[in-house]
Amino acid sequence: AQTLDFQKTAYGKDEKLTSYEDVTSYNNYYEFGTGKEDPAREAVLFKPTPWTIKIEGAVKQNKTISIEQLMKLAPLEERIYRMRCVEGWSMVIPWVGLPLKALVDWAQPTGNAKYIEFVSYNDPRHMPGARIPVLDWPYLEGLRMDEAMQPLTLLAVGLYGKVLPNQNGAPVRLVVPWKYGFKGAKAISTIRFVEQMPRTSWMKASAREYGFYANVNPAVDHPRWTQSSEKRIGAGVFAGRIKTKMFNGYDEVGQLYAGMDLQKNF
Amino acid sequence: MTVLQWASAWSAKQSIYALKCVIWVGALIPICRLVYLGFNDGLGANPVEFIERSTGSWALIFLLLSLGVTPLKLLTQQAWLIAVRRLLGLWMFAYAVLHVTSYVWLDYQFDWLDIVKDIVKHPYVLVGAAALLLTLPLAATSNQRAIRALKQRWKRLHKIVYVIGILALLHFWWLVKKDVTEPVIYSVVFAMLIALRWLPLTKKTSK
Repeated sequence: AQTLDFQKTAYGKDEKLTSYEDVTSYNNYYEFGTGKEDPAREAVLFKPTPWTIKIEGAVKQNKTISIEQLMKLAPLEERIYRMRCVEGWSMVIPWVGLPLKALVDWAQPTGNAKYIEFVSYNDPRHMPGARIPVLDWPYLEGLRMDEAMQPLTLLAVGLYGKVLPNQNGAPVRLVVPWKYGFKGAKAISTIRFVEQMPRTSWMKASAREYGFYANVNPAVDHPRWTQSSEKRIGAGVFAGRIKTKMFNGYDEVGQLYAGMDLQKNF
Repeated sequence: MTVLQWASAWSAKQSIYALKCVIWVGALIPICRLVYLGFNDGLGANPVEFIERSTGSWALIFLLLSLGVTPLKLLTQQAWLIAVRRLLGLWMFAYAVLHVTSYVWLDYQFDWLDIVKDIVKHPYVLVGAAALLLTLPLAATSNQRAIRALKQRWKRLHKIVYVIGILALLHFWWLVKKDVTEPVIYSVVFAMLIALRWLPLTKKTSK
């Protein structure tokens, strides 16, 4: 894969990275199949270039941005983030990307923009999983405006210093490290600024299980999976579990939710 | 039918012996595969999940195989087939024990507090735990002595296997996040094996 020019940062510099092999072979990307190994196999022929993202909704004017333009909005940075999946496993991934804030500023949202919707690319001809209605396609995710502007929130275009592999959401995906992994919309094709809280694909699938906020929270249990602890991918058969931290250990985001009942707004 | 004709040329004793050998080899292959893959870094990014899924699936497969013996016996009129049912049932039990062992040991490292919380809070784990508990009396009474001692009650007791099957299938359904293809396949096979018992053509009284 093509290597990227980027600056190193202090984020997660003491973390032990999950191997490139594991990061790129164990994926949840239902457009390419529901098995963890499906995306790496089924996304081989997917073409993430050329690519443009539509910017629409509560903005000064609707416009589009190419992936090349996007990558010039801000210097690319490497950020090592922990990624906690709602299924109870986690990884440490060296993403390369730029703060989402850079794109939001460029998009010039109006005062009506309270939330952002991220619409993932959906093409049943090239995405075998998208032919099956396991989720309400296209995959839709969302953030509140202040969450989107939080400096941790990243638009990733690469990992391990190289262009994002298809199975990880090429050419551009969202990374919100204090939220469960499913918030990270892959292969983003439309970014829509809206006034109402979006109904995401997972909320439509089961609102009882998947909330809009989806903040990593060991105190709020999931109907299926234990959320108080997690398995670190690559740690080996006998490694056991590690305790999950509130906001996945990114305490600085706590102020975004001051005064909110996080049991109710899960 | 050729296999059956070929088999029927043998005495029932020889057939039982041959089929038992096949079952033993077939049952040991998945375990050997897991051990081999485990030592060769072949269990993927989440090896514990791999082991849990694999042993769970095989427990379910052996459950279905053991439920398949009676319909097959009635359909083929090969009474000796019943002699392998216990072996299939015990392999179901063995895989269920391996499944739970991998959960308690590899997944939760004997952290009993977390295990109890997991069982109580998550219906799919609770249902799985119930299924395992119900296999214990069946495994314990699978010997000749218990069969003789319990007489008619033994038959009634072993009807629990249907309950275990339903619980195990529920366990699988509730565990799956969205794509229910696999649980559907197992459930359809289970339902067919139950239905076959009710069809008149398989009744012993028919010709």
